[in-house]
Amino acid sequence: MRTRFTVATGIAVITTVLAATVSGCGSGSGSSGKTIKVVYQKQLNSSNTVQPDFLAAQVKEFEKANPGTTVKLVPVTASENDYYTKIQLMMRSPVTAPDLVYEDTATINSDVASGYLKPLDSYLSTWKDWSRYATASKAAMKYAKDGKTYGVPDNTDTRGIWYNKTLLKQAGIALPWQPKTWADVLAAANAIKAKVPGVTPLNVYTGTAGGEQSSMQGFEMLLYGTAAGGDSLYNAAQQKWVVGSPGFKDALNFLHTVYSQGLGPKVQTALGVNIGAQVGTEMIPQGKLAIDLDGSWMPNNWIRTGPKPWPQWETTMGEAAMPTQNGQDKGKVSMSGGWAWSIPAKAKNTDLAWKFLQSLETETASAQWNNVNATIPTRQDVAADPTYLKALPTNQFFSGLVADTYYRPGVPAYTQVSSAIQKAMESVTTGQASVDKAASTFDNDVKSAVGADNTMQGTQ
Amino acid sequence: MTSSVAPAAGRRGAGGGKAERTPLPASLAALLRGLPLLPAVVLLAVFLAGPIGYCIYYAFTDMQLTGASGTHFTGLHNFTRAFGDSDFTNAVELTLLFVVGSAVIGQNTLGLALAVLMEKASKPVRSLTSTVVISAWVLPEVVAGYLMYAFFYQEGSLNAILHFLHLPQQNWLYTLPILAVCLANVWRGTAFSMLVFSAALSDVPRELVEAAEVDGANAWQRLWRVTLPVIRRSILTNLMLITLQTLSVFGLIYTMTRGGPGNKTETLPIFMYQQAFQNSLIGYGTAIALVLLVVGALFSVVYIRLLKVEDA
Repeated sequence: MRTRFTVATGIAVITTVLAATVSGCGSGSGSSGKTIKVVYQKQLNSSNTVQPDFLAAQVKEFEKANPGTTVKLVPVTASENDYYTKIQLMMRSPVTAPDLVYEDTATINSDVASGYLKPLDSYLSTWKDWSRYATASKAAMKYAKDGKTYGVPDNTDTRGIWYNKTLLKQAGIALPWQPKTWADVLAAANAIKAKVPGVTPLNVYTGTAGGEQSSMQGFEMLLYGTAAGGDSLYNAAQQKWVVGSPGFKDALNFLHTVYSQGLGPKVQTALGVNIGAQVGTEMIPQGKLAIDLDGSWMPNNWIRTGPKPWPQWETTMGEAAMPTQNGQDKGKVSMSGGWAWSIPAKAKNTDLAWKFLQSLETETASAQWNNVNATIPTRQDVAADPTYLKALPTNQFFSGLVADTYYRPGVPAYTQVSSAIQKAMESVTTGQASVDKAASTFDNDVKSAVGADNTMQGTQ
Repeated sequence: MTSSVAPAAGRRGAGGGKAERTPLPASLAALLRGLPLLPAVVLLAVFLAGPIGYCIYYAFTDMQLTGASGTHFTGLHNFTRAFGDSDFTNAVELTLLFVVGSAVIGQNTLGLALAVLMEKASKPVRSLTSTVVISAWVLPEVVAGYLMYAFFYQEGSLNAILHFLHLPQQNWLYTLPILAVCLANVWRGTAFSMLVFSAALSDVPRELVEAAEVDGANAWQRLWRVTLPVIRRSILTNLMLITLQTLSVFGLIYTMTRGGPGNKTETLPIFMYQQAFQNSLIGYGTAIALVLLVVGALFSVVYIRLLKVEDA
């Protein structure tokens, strides 16, 4: 009797424990009928609370207008790459999937291919504000294979040249400065090196630690300015990745010149994890950097609420468009990205999530967001709004670059190609590999990532 | 639970003379006796064997974190890809260099030297040294990595000291990063070897050492011919443990260099992380993890073999 009792008890205990474990795994999602989870990236730089503050205010308003609902903000404090990894892992399982997620427009296609996101067409068709969005921004949200839209973009950006007027004047360069070719940029950098000692002449982001910042602000601003233009990385008509092109080597050569001739930051600084923050909050405000190839959002660093308030920036800093290699085509080039709100495929409360998304995207809310975040509006009514145009002296210039901008290839494999670009940049910057060697390594990396059939030989 | 079964059966056997108790079949008895192990076995299976099994399965698939809708079985493709990948070969070489340089040579020798010297040292010296050495070991890995970064960084403390001594400065994390991370790992891990060796040395019989001394052996000969042979099993065990620990070092290197510059400090764990989470190739990353597991197993087999030879 006693034997059996013990055995029975043992089994019962084990069963209970296991059952508890299993059911424990199943609960804890936090999304019920009136609750949604909203995931966004919180900057590693803890003094940057622009988005948390904005969202908190929006949530308060939304909950007041919709009594009984709860919006749970879930900030993920991480670097950009780690943030993608985290949200992708979250969206894999219905248990952890949020109801609304903030994504870089560059990763959306890739996540759609993985089946992580939900098409929003049925919602968008009944939302009259959707027609107010810029066509290019809307197109960037469309997945090529099924023609459906997977996100609502809330900002975009452009890239160009920031320069320190005082330093350029000291080097004897006429202001306002607008280089016509890459050679003009290098000539200015050389003049600064010769005449203004103790100053870094030119910053071009590079290397793997910088992630997408190196690929986009650094390399693609060069590559898309070569002869092949918009087809220099990915030929959209033939749906093939371009390898072995002379333009790719030219762009690497530019980088090689900058770093081997001491025109850029010290190599180890340039390859550091922290270079982005260093440029924005130290080198530029301290007057240690003359020319910076960077994004339209740079004033974010210097406004009153930014990490490095620097009111003199408005008089010190000048802006110029990045020239194409030899001044061909329209003579200037820019790259655009931006962020968007999407609803994960495994979200539980999509209707409420959509309702909250709409409240974030009204004209007033959008204008407020683009103002505090120093980003370029995706809504045309906001872009034309005088309060937006006057909010920052640079808004008009960088909004104007939208006309000559390129978007990154909207293809899932882009993230892997981007990693290969960063690797090639890093090996050229350190001098570990020659330009030819780095370019052929890139070709092989791309072929092994996307398959050789999906590549084509570049001729320009 | 086992104890509650045995007395019950015993009492019944003693009390009932007439009613012969039919004994349980041997196999069933064995099963019942094993039953109390069940919770432990289940836990091991779910939380240890389970993930390893998953890992082996993923290594043979093309699973991606993003960019692909499904997961397909791809056979040995991940492994053939790895062995044809120059970055992988580079990672294997760096891993071996890192393990041999920082663990087998660095931590092991320094740990032994410290243990031997501390045996002879006065008490204050001993407590001071062990406090310093052990404090490096108890620090969390990331903190240790950050401290080492601050030490080796170009504007860091090491170069400040060199400057003060009017010695030429080096950009440690850039010119010879693998040496910097090796030194960092020696700094962090020596305490473990030192503790193992201190314990082993205190077990060396005094008479043996004294006898050798009487026979005219000098200090070096006493160490080499008497002490080391006596503690050789501890040496092997220590070697095995620190080898396995060092093989999987990730946080220290990642904090200091992120595998760079270029791929000059990209050991297997870093390479694996970059493939799996930066390039989103979970399948490929897992295959590399499996290779790392095999490398660790090979090292263990060698050490265990050496221990067995000792036994025979």
